Amino acid sequence: MNEKPGMSIIVKTTCRIILWVVFLYGFYIILFGHLSPGGGFGGGVVLALGFLSIVLAYGRSYALDWLSIPRLEKAEAGAVLLFLVIALLGVVAGGAFLQNFMSKGSLFHLYSSGVIPFLNIVIGLKVGLSLFLVAWALTEYDSEDGDEE
Amino acid sequence: MILPSFMVIPLAAAFLITLLARRDGIGAALISLVATAATLGLSVYALVGFGGSTVVYSMGGWKIPIGIPLVADSFTVFMLMMVNLIALASLAYSWGYLRWLGSDWKYYALFMTLLTGMNGVLITGDLFNLFVFMEIALLAGFALVAYGGQAHEFEASFKYAVMGGLSSSLILIAIAVVYSSTSTLTLAKIAEAYPALGPGLKIWVGVLLLAGFSLKAAVMPFHAWLPDAHSSAPAPISAMLSGVLIKTLGVYVLIRLFYNVFGAPTIFLQVFLVLGALSILLGVFLAVGQWDLKRLLAYHSISQIGYILIGMGLGTTLGMAGAIFHAFNHALFKSLLFFNAGAVEMGLGTRDLRKMGNITRLMPMTAHSSMVASLSISGIPPFNGFFSKLIIIIAAIQARQPVFGFLAVIGSLLTLASFMKVQRYGFRSEKPAEAAERKIGWSMNLAMAVLAVLCVLMSLLVVPGIKEGILDPVVSAVMNKTGYAELVLGR
Amino acid sequence: MTLYLLCYALFLVGLYGLITKRDIVKIILASGIMGYAVNLMIVLFGYKRQAIYPILEKGKPVASMVDPLPQALVLTSIVIELGTTALLVALAVRLFRKYRTYDITKIRRLRG
Repeated sequence: MNEKPGMSIIVKTTCRIILWVVFLYGFYIILFGHLSPGGGFGGGVVLALGFLSIVLAYGRSYALDWLSIPRLEKAEAGAVLLFLVIALLGVVAGGAFLQNFMSKGSLFHLYSSGVIPFLNIVIGLKVGLSLFLVAWALTEYDSEDGDEE
Repeated sequence: MILPSFMVIPLAAAFLITLLARRDGIGAALISLVATAATLGLSVYALVGFGGSTVVYSMGGWKIPIGIPLVADSFTVFMLMMVNLIALASLAYSWGYLRWLGSDWKYYALFMTLLTGMNGVLITGDLFNLFVFMEIALLAGFALVAYGGQAHEFEASFKYAVMGGLSSSLILIAIAVVYSSTSTLTLAKIAEAYPALGPGLKIWVGVLLLAGFSLKAAVMPFHAWLPDAHSSAPAPISAMLSGVLIKTLGVYVLIRLFYNVFGAPTIFLQVFLVLGALSILLGVFLAVGQWDLKRLLAYHSISQIGYILIGMGLGTTLGMAGAIFHAFNHALFKSLLFFNAGAVEMGLGTRDLRKMGNITRLMPMTAHSSMVASLSISGIPPFNGFFSKLIIIIAAIQARQPVFGFLAVIGSLLTLASFMKVQRYGFRSEKPAEAAERKIGWSMNLAMAVLAVLCVLMSLLVVPGIKEGILDPVVSAVMNKTGYAELVLGR
Repeated sequence: MTLYLLCYALFLVGLYGLITKRDIVKIILASGIMGYAVNLMIVLFGYKRQAIYPILEKGKPVASMVDPLPQALVLTSIVIELGTTALLVALAVRLFRKYRTYDITKIRRLRG
């Protein structure tokens, strides 16, 4: 495990093919959150697992080259600020905080129920990135090292 | 728009700090100072501008049974002022203290999350929303206790996290049972539907909520996490935890639930009295034998929460006034004591009372403010601790429970003994201390000075003119019991 | 009724594990089990007899649905417990690096 990082070639090839399907599935759950079960949390978890499969299959150093972790951290913080901006837009548009101020559209269509799909997208991004970054932070420690007091 | 700002401003500040952070933390400290000053200003405006009336804000425009209301009556505004004041003082203190720990933007982001959680708990009118914000504050608290990176801090944080998780599960069961029997989660509507429940169900829900929130408030049978967590945390975080977190998550929620929603049933008030008496005595007995300064202060926190519980358990207006006044005073002088402990630890490098020296020459502000705080907590006039303890003892005698008044006096005497030991061995012992390893910055001195001045000024809250203005609306909002429901739903 | 009793029993299993086990990882798993039991109980409280899942679909008639509010509460509660578990696991990793053991009876430097 220490000479060649990551898992065997079969796992790496499968991961490379499946990864985009996983991301697509995650985006589908997030985007259709107001029409079918799922929404921000569930779709975000699927996205985080997609990211995490890269780290598991290819090893940490490869993932460090491929993804830029500082940019992901900034995107995570930006997602929360975007949520607060959408919520405050409800106040600006003459309502209460977090009001559903956009047009409700027609039933059962993708463009319906106002501001909820956008909140789903923001929450999905935030949850996905947070879970991945938490798992990433846990992989930083190599348990063979000693530690200072 | 004032009410949601109490949650939005610190949350936005926390994530702005994450976005714009650089290594040294100056920008982070500046953003958090601006945010905390803004919320403090808003809470003072709320105190003055709302008068004594209850303001209800429905989130998202949804009406009451469906939506989540934010409710601010006088009690909420009073606690908001207390929380934001101590937060601002802790921030000013951390700016100097963190240079020793290695200042980092993560500390300020976590601090802002803690403040978001506490503000959210105070202004919400919905039971599950209260649970969510309580968890936000607790998670930030767990991470902040372990911030320094030393071995005993992780151990303390683990104990705190496991016990906090257990109590949160108990609270969640109680929320589920409440929802299934009253089919609503808004506090005001639960207050309306509560009298119709069966007696077994009332006791079951009350016991679960009492157990869960008493663990957050570190009442005697559930106090075991507090000495470790509050003594291992960095000093400004100990001040925040011991000064305001156990007040908002424990005492405020207990008062709100058991007085305004459940209508103060007598059996729970008696439980409060007994638990309060236990906390006072055992807390102060365990504190007298301590030689570690911060652990001693943590045990005294348990003891002073016992005073607040006795005031809550008496059920009279005077008792509740004493309890709320004592909560505010305890936040002030306990934070000041933790600031002093942190300053001594930073300057002399030790927390052990036997190894300290006389610091009057070396750190004058620390020495004098510690004298002010020690006299306040022991209940010596003219400092604020005397008046709040006096109100509680008089209320106990008036409510025909003289035993509890007697126990409160004993607790106060032992507190005086233990703090005389602190002053005698620690701050004003015979031999002067050696030169300080690190100088105490101006921001730390400023925070300690402000809190010491407030300790003296807050005794003015018993002056009849000021008392009617500030303390009486708070007490009447609480003692209005289920009148809270009509005030909220009548809007 | 038996379903609720089974949920309480699961909660007690988690509580037993939390109190008696000495290994840190087992304590974390036990607190996870307690969380699952409570979430299950909340979802069960929303059940109505002869009711279907609470989703409006095109073409299907609107029938009696189970209560969707507890399901939303459980979603939030699961995410909160996820955060708590992540924090506990991170603490367990750091504790192992400091104390070189996963046994909580040996991690007792704070006493008194």
